[in-house]
Amino acid sequence: MIDFLSRLNSPELSFLKYAFLIGIFGGVAFGVVGTYIVTRRISAIAGAIAHCILAGIGAAIFCSQRFGWHWLHPMHGAIISALLAAVIIGLVSMYAKQREDTVIGAIWAVGMATGLLFLAGTSGYVDVDAYLFGDILLVSRNNFIMTLVLDAIILIPSVLLFNNFMAACFDDQFAELRGIRVKATYMVLLCMVALTVVLMVSVIGIILVLAMLTIPAAIAGHFTKRLWSMMTLTSILCITFTTSGLFLSYQADLPSAPLIAVLAGVTYLLVLVFFWLFKRKPKK
Amino acid sequence: MNCQEIIKLTDVSFSWTRGYPILEGVNLTICNCETVCIVGPNGGGKTTLLNLILGIIRPDSGTVRVFGTSPEQAKRRIGYMPQYSKLDLQFPVNVMDVVLMGRLRRGFWGFYSQADREIAWRVLEEMSVADLARRPFSQLSGGQRQRVLIARALACNPEVLLLDEPTANVDPGFQEQFYEILRQLRSRMSIVIVSHDVGFVSSNINTVVCVNHQVQVHKAENITPEAISNIYGYQVKMIDHSHDLSGCHTHIHGVAHHHGGCNHD
Repeated sequence: MIDFLSRLNSPELSFLKYAFLIGIFGGVAFGVVGTYIVTRRISAIAGAIAHCILAGIGAAIFCSQRFGWHWLHPMHGAIISALLAAVIIGLVSMYAKQREDTVIGAIWAVGMATGLLFLAGTSGYVDVDAYLFGDILLVSRNNFIMTLVLDAIILIPSVLLFNNFMAACFDDQFAELRGIRVKATYMVLLCMVALTVVLMVSVIGIILVLAMLTIPAAIAGHFTKRLWSMMTLTSILCITFTTSGLFLSYQADLPSAPLIAVLAGVTYLLVLVFFWLFKRKPKK
Repeated sequence: MNCQEIIKLTDVSFSWTRGYPILEGVNLTICNCETVCIVGPNGGGKTTLLNLILGIIRPDSGTVRVFGTSPEQAKRRIGYMPQYSKLDLQFPVNVMDVVLMGRLRRGFWGFYSQADREIAWRVLEEMSVADLARRPFSQLSGGQRQRVLIARALACNPEVLLLDEPTANVDPGFQEQFYEILRQLRSRMSIVIVSHDVGFVSSNINTVVCVNHQVQVHKAENITPEAISNIYGYQVKMIDHSHDLSGCHTHIHGVAHHHGGCNHD
């Protein structure tokens, strides 16, 4: 352990240090947004937004190569496509109430397919897996700075609009009658989901990010009865899963993202079993 | 109290699907000196009527005026209590969180003020649920939830209280308690109750609005079994309770019984 901590500081393992820092700072945003995703029951929407990121990454790589736009980083494409997907899905779920799940499924798959086509049109080798499943070897200081910026963008509205979000998620009709702009609030929430997904893409990847957005909040929901305490516990769980996953992956020489997801999943299973055995309440 | 029109619907029609109107040619005036109960069979248009008054939906034709203005303008003067069965009970909120939602207003951001909290405590005490303030909303009984939701509606400082099915899905004892709450509140503000239960027409109600595609208004003391079965479209058994709860009007209790051939679709 001490050996591991000293290695965190060695320059040749700087990616590991930054991955840890991303896990710690990103965990806070994941805790807040993950709680909204679970309580508002929009994990399918979060999944669709996450998969659309590949379209943005693919388009950014394609354009920077084909048109010489070297200033265009894949992460810029990721942010734009995530926000775009959030807005489209938001409009669909507000105005086309029927078959919302079908549209979400379509956006999910088509977003990903678009990304794959862009990458196929790019000459040379692009490591798709690094984006799908994360690759901490590619984590750099710039990733960490981007995480800090996105963290601030996500956390500022979630503090200032905490009571608005709570009312809109619990009883949208009542909130609307009180003069809260529920549709706009929902849109801001989806955009926060979009940015959260991008935040940790380098560590956990597009596909496995859904595990971190839902499982910690689902566990926290068993132990907490208020929104802010659920967010606090979810954040702590997110940070614990990412850091211990990274540590285990370094020790066991296994890919970190699947380890983090499995760690979270096993904990969730244990919590469910524990509640089933010891805290069974009579069904209402 | 000077009688003033607070809700006025003129020739209102509404349909979700073209050609199948839920409400047709509805004219309705509710004054602030009345305590009104809106009754009618399921699918008859009670909720639609409520949503029109709240401005959630707009009529296909006709006009809806609340406090002499549009429902969108007037909505902040209404205290609304939804059916708790429409709420997600797994949502992590406690009673205080729920009641404070009544203090939200246009342009709100940040945190509730001390004044907001004081109002929340006052309405919780008024509904005798102040001791439950820190309890999770999901752990309350049906009757306690209704009290909390009425408290939330009161926290808006409303001029009219709109209660959607206040005695649905609650223990039978709550009905009597609810009459007590009604007695308390009706002197201070006008109250509109929506109920599928005809039995609701109690001594505390002075106007009964029957809704089944169309609307008929009855004075509570004049209501007859014929009027009820007319609007329900099938036989309704009425039990006339001559004993009086508050000593004002005759208390009429009705039980709707299905006798086949219902036409309320």
